[in-house]
Amino acid sequence: MTTVDSSNATPEVAVDPNAVSVTINGKVVAARKGEMIIAAADRTDDFIPRFCYHPRMEPVGMCRQCLVEVVGPRGPMMVVSCMTPVADGQVVNTETEGVKKAQEGVLELLLANHPLDCPVCDKGGECPLQDQAFSHGPGESRFVEEKRHYEKPIAISENVYLDRERCILCDRCTRFADEVAGDALISFTSRGNNTQVMTFPDEPFSSYFSGNTVQICPVGALTAKPYRFKARPWDIEHVESTCTTCSVGCRTVVQSSRDELVRYQGVDSQPVNWGWLCDKGRFNFESINSKDRLTTPLIKDASGNLSATSWSVAIDSAARMLRTALTVSPQSVAFIGGARGTNEDAFAWAQLANALGVDSRDSQMADGLPPQVFSLPQATIADIDTAKTIILLAPDLKEELPVLYLRVRHAAEKRAGRVVEVSPRATGLAGKAWKKVHVEPGKTAAALRALATDAAFTAQLASGSVVVIVGRMNLAESEESVVHALAEVLHMAPHATVLPVLRRGNVRGAITAGLTPRNGGKSTAEILEAAAAGKIECLVLLGADPLSDVPDADLARRGISGARNIIAIDTFITQSSALADIVLPAAAYGEKEGTTTNVEGRISNVAQSITPVGTSRPDWMIAVELGTATSHDLGVASYNELHAAMISGVREFAPAVDTHAVQHDGVIVAHPTPITLTRTDSASSERNSYDYRAVVSRKLYDNAIGTAKSPSLATLGETSAVIVNPLDVPRIGAQVGESVRVTSPRGSIALPLHESVDVLRGTAWLPINLGGSDVRELLDVAKDVIDLKIEKMS
Amino acid sequence: MTTAIRYPHATGFVAGDRPKIVTSRFEHADSFTLERFLSTGGYAGLRKALGRVATDVHEEVKSATVLGRGGAGFPAGTKWGLTPQQVFPKYLVVNGDESEPGTYKDRLLMERDPHQLIEGCLIACYAAGLSQCFLYIRGEMALAQERVATALNEAYAAGYVGKNILGSKFSVDIVLHWGAGAYVVGEETALIESLEGNRGMPRLKPPFFPAANGLYGQPTIVNNVETLANLPWLMVNGSEAYTAIGTKTSPGTRMVAVSGHVKNPGVFEIINGTTTFRDLLYGAEFCGGIRNDNELKAFVPGGGSAPWFTADQLDLPFEASQVGPAGSMLGSGAIMVMDSTTDIPAAALTLTHFYAHESCGKCTPCREGGTWLERILTRIVEGTGTEADLQQILEVGAMICPGDFPHASNEKLGLTAVPFPYKMTTICFVGPSAFAPLHSAITLFRSEFEARLVKRISIPVTAVSTTSKVLASQ
Amino acid sequence: MSRLNEANIKTALEIIARYPRPKSALIPLLHLSQEQNGFITRDAMVHLGELVGVTSAEVYGTATFYEMFRFEPVGKYLVNICGTMSCALMGAGDLMHHAEHKLGVKAGGTTADGMFTLAHAECQAACTEAPTLQVNYRFRYKVTNSDFDALIDDLKSGKLSDEIPSHGVVARIRQRIPADRGVGAVAPELATENPVWMDGKAAL
Repeated sequence: MTTVDSSNATPEVAVDPNAVSVTINGKVVAARKGEMIIAAADRTDDFIPRFCYHPRMEPVGMCRQCLVEVVGPRGPMMVVSCMTPVADGQVVNTETEGVKKAQEGVLELLLANHPLDCPVCDKGGECPLQDQAFSHGPGESRFVEEKRHYEKPIAISENVYLDRERCILCDRCTRFADEVAGDALISFTSRGNNTQVMTFPDEPFSSYFSGNTVQICPVGALTAKPYRFKARPWDIEHVESTCTTCSVGCRTVVQSSRDELVRYQGVDSQPVNWGWLCDKGRFNFESINSKDRLTTPLIKDASGNLSATSWSVAIDSAARMLRTALTVSPQSVAFIGGARGTNEDAFAWAQLANALGVDSRDSQMADGLPPQVFSLPQATIADIDTAKTIILLAPDLKEELPVLYLRVRHAAEKRAGRVVEVSPRATGLAGKAWKKVHVEPGKTAAALRALATDAAFTAQLASGSVVVIVGRMNLAESEESVVHALAEVLHMAPHATVLPVLRRGNVRGAITAGLTPRNGGKSTAEILEAAAAGKIECLVLLGADPLSDVPDADLARRGISGARNIIAIDTFITQSSALADIVLPAAAYGEKEGTTTNVEGRISNVAQSITPVGTSRPDWMIAVELGTATSHDLGVASYNELHAAMISGVREFAPAVDTHAVQHDGVIVAHPTPITLTRTDSASSERNSYDYRAVVSRKLYDNAIGTAKSPSLATLGETSAVIVNPLDVPRIGAQVGESVRVTSPRGSIALPLHESVDVLRGTAWLPINLGGSDVRELLDVAKDVIDLKIEKMS
Repeated sequence: MTTAIRYPHATGFVAGDRPKIVTSRFEHADSFTLERFLSTGGYAGLRKALGRVATDVHEEVKSATVLGRGGAGFPAGTKWGLTPQQVFPKYLVVNGDESEPGTYKDRLLMERDPHQLIEGCLIACYAAGLSQCFLYIRGEMALAQERVATALNEAYAAGYVGKNILGSKFSVDIVLHWGAGAYVVGEETALIESLEGNRGMPRLKPPFFPAANGLYGQPTIVNNVETLANLPWLMVNGSEAYTAIGTKTSPGTRMVAVSGHVKNPGVFEIINGTTTFRDLLYGAEFCGGIRNDNELKAFVPGGGSAPWFTADQLDLPFEASQVGPAGSMLGSGAIMVMDSTTDIPAAALTLTHFYAHESCGKCTPCREGGTWLERILTRIVEGTGTEADLQQILEVGAMICPGDFPHASNEKLGLTAVPFPYKMTTICFVGPSAFAPLHSAITLFRSEFEARLVKRISIPVTAVSTTSKVLASQ
Repeated sequence: MSRLNEANIKTALEIIARYPRPKSALIPLLHLSQEQNGFITRDAMVHLGELVGVTSAEVYGTATFYEMFRFEPVGKYLVNICGTMSCALMGAGDLMHHAEHKLGVKAGGTTADGMFTLAHAECQAACTEAPTLQVNYRFRYKVTNSDFDALIDDLKSGKLSDEIPSHGVVARIRQRIPADRGVGAVAPELATENPVWMDGKAAL
């Protein structure tokens, strides 16, 4: 061994042990070990045709379209590039005569049984089979036999249609259903030349993610009812945007034709959604096209009915209302809502509130978390991929944040990380959980504290990074109990990072922009209590409908009826806006531009695709106009000025200065200096042994306006029910399916009795906001927990 | 305990006066019982193996070069050694899904000497450190399933299988598994899929080489029934005795079924590497010649997937290193003989139909191409095919197997051999197999296909023009 | 109602327990179900899905891949005549032609009395005994037309009922692993060590 004079040594370059270099068609391409040839080739100009390969799913190598030649010791070898990993020094040829012949052969075979109904096929014009037949096909077909025939198309679910004649059996939809969504409700059936994709007889493909199969279908075999025969691809205008149905912030392409929204498609954003969307987010564009949209301002007339008016009258009247209230006191004015709009909308309203001296503003609807959770060390969605432990202290992600559910499911499936489910009932991820801590409401923190003595658990926490996904797992349990539980977790795993999951579209952006109580201002529940006590002169509802959305029906009723005046900014007449004095029509998603902030604090753009319906305007514009009318010039005259003011005015939004990033994968907000949570002893409430402790949570398809006004989604919701453990059914004395009386200290309603092993004994699960009896009649947001009596009807 | 159920005794096996490694008990009517097995040296190989260090047993099998009898001919001992050292558990999957056209040997071994197979499985598990054994029997083989189930029940009760075998620290379960009718499941990765409860669709190798990534993603050894049946004899007699039979590259014996147009069709245990096709077809101790002393037209040398041979290849021995370069393969030890009366296009159609029918549907070329070939060939056999159809068969075949396709030499036709194997655009060999026999049939007997084609009546051009004028004026 | 009956559920659980992963038992369980009902019913597939923990669609996908599973009633006796090469060379075509006339149904059909379903089959691994057929997977070798007639007559008269069970039953003898003799299956992720006998010493 020789010694080297360190002064002469070249500076050390860190060699990436996974870096390899391959030659594709004579060009050197840098790649990583484990990567497939097709993925490396996608970074060159040479396109390898493919059908079954999808970068977000395990390769199967079955369509055989991506055959290429790899030069081996015994000459060129024909391999499928989707399942052949790169190797250092590998020489790949994708354009030789042999490859061309093989690819043309496969294409001719794929077309052999494919019907030529392209002119009436939704996929025509954006069809990978059509495009690749053009670019890599033989140009003629010698197949003169009778093609395969099947009934076409058949509905395999409410929204997805399957045309088996067009299907080329690439396994994308079936793989997606099984591998990605975990809903293996479609499968290949039969064999050989008779192979088909099918559901089980009379059992539909009812997956929350079914629309993705339509998007990834490389032919027109799968089509979606909301889009069928609506448009031709070449007539469609595309803008890249961010879905704000929930707070995951999936990147989408919003597509319109003749100034009407026709389709949303997922965009593969590495940090967020990997191209997937849930069906609710995908199909709720229908609500924006709804005939029920508000198109003009409304004002209460002499007889107390809302009737159409002009913007100038409406703004003047609203300004007068605000000024009158402010003369009583700024505390008698309150803003509820703002989570539905953009960051800019929320910023403008917060600016107006500041100018007016309104401290009671809250974009959460008495079902959120204290904003301090954003000051804990933050995790990103992508951190889930690499976390050793993922602790779910959260609502059922499958129901509330579906695409986040896919990400956690993926991590568990790949055994990348272990999932710990802390919940009062089994959620959609229970089957993937390494450890399940199912504990009745009110005892979560104590149960977690007890885990400190579980050696396997603590060893798991110590083994690496921990991501805690925290949210309201039970709306019948106070936010404090979630904070207590979180404090216990962070005590055991001080290195953990937190992903707070507040589900409303842009709630994080709204809070960050300032729509959260300040200087001792009131929260939504407090505002409604104050209104009920006659202390609110003017209540402004920013796309908020407390009557149907606050998980306490009695409080909402008292609050709305107690407020002297109500100004509603909304897209529809809702239960609450119907009672307003003035209703201002707001531009909806797709009708305005802006930015939004997702669950992890990622700021990305929402784009305008169509003109706002009627005379509706973006929320921010209404705030600016109200400012002017109340002599508070907000100092912005255009969206761009507002956006710039927001970036410079709100420290967290500063990274949004990178416009290019905001318009693609987004940027993460600037985090404040982290705080630490202190553990407190939470007293667990005593209970009567005849009672059932209430577990209240949301289902994906509920009465939310965007769902209710989308015909393709409106019928998918279930009806309310009380669901108990099967072992508790005999105790109640009623049959499953029978209507039972459910009583809380707050109220009493009749609900059908259901059973599920997902529910703990002694607890009752009541999905909220569905058709049928209103579960919110039982709830009281002031209580830590709610105990119910369930009785057979006499 | 033996079964009281009556069976018509399977014929097929022809004993002869040759060394017997796997068929030594076949002469006994009760060869499948534990009593007979024990009284004829049964489980002595296992006892001998357990008295040695596992790795030594593995070495013994390696040095005997026990070639795989399922078709690929890969040495078993070497295969066992390919599993990664530190990944557990490892599994043994026994391939008893015999269904290659012409093949008839594993069923006999399971029906007539199930304990010998069980003993072989145990030796393999012991030697290679395999934690559990799954014995996959073809679904349609009711008798084999019953005989193996009975034998396993006896063996468990007698302490030969299960916990602490023969009182030793060696413990392994053998689980009887059975299929439900799908030829492709005989392919090892499809067999694993099927054993996992899935559709039997082959996986791509790599990355799914069973030895590294097999059943449940674990290292898995897939061995053919006959391969494992060799192990008890090998353990008792040693690798030297084993390699003393046959040739250096093809030691031991192997079971071969000869069917079709021969005088005495049968299954024979022959000496590997030295016995020639001529011996088998014409030898008095084997088939005794072509039926009615007809002339030999062609024969399939190694199962339905293999390209055909003619009399030119009769003197080739049962030796892979000679059959491959001659343009075909030994495959699964199945010879099907066609005499001069054979309708070649029709015979080829039975095989093309078979492989098209048995395609799993995974790879496009096989799924679409196989059926396409069958439909064109059906037209030709039925007498409505055209010259273009015959050409189209070769074009479709090239979509499944690009490049030169292997075939035998033929002096009369002036053909030189194209060596085996072929290139393929599919994952497994089912797709190419729809083409292989057909291609060799067309190559060797093109005139028979041409004779079936529609003869076009040549119509004078003027006549056509007149007709079209008449049509146009209507 | 064609879920597994009590006795068969017991057998099913015994079979499932032999595999490291429950889904592996699916094909044996489909056979068990076909044995009970003569064919595979919709309810049966739902039940099997519950037993092995997969969706009904997955059971359906697997079941329809394999030819032995029938989704509609078939005759008491399923007569499969092999038509692959060796049998074809030895007259399987004529035998099928004769069988169609004898039974009065085309291949694929079932006789009006529900006794026989006649079907084409692929290679049955008895090539030296061509032409062959199977009745409910019981072999008949070198079958002549008169052999076939006699077989049908014997099946009709019940003479063969000892040897040939009705459709659905394949093997009549099941593997039984005595509780005290079985090693037991473990999920692969739980078995992470080299087996004890690989310790470099002889096992005996």
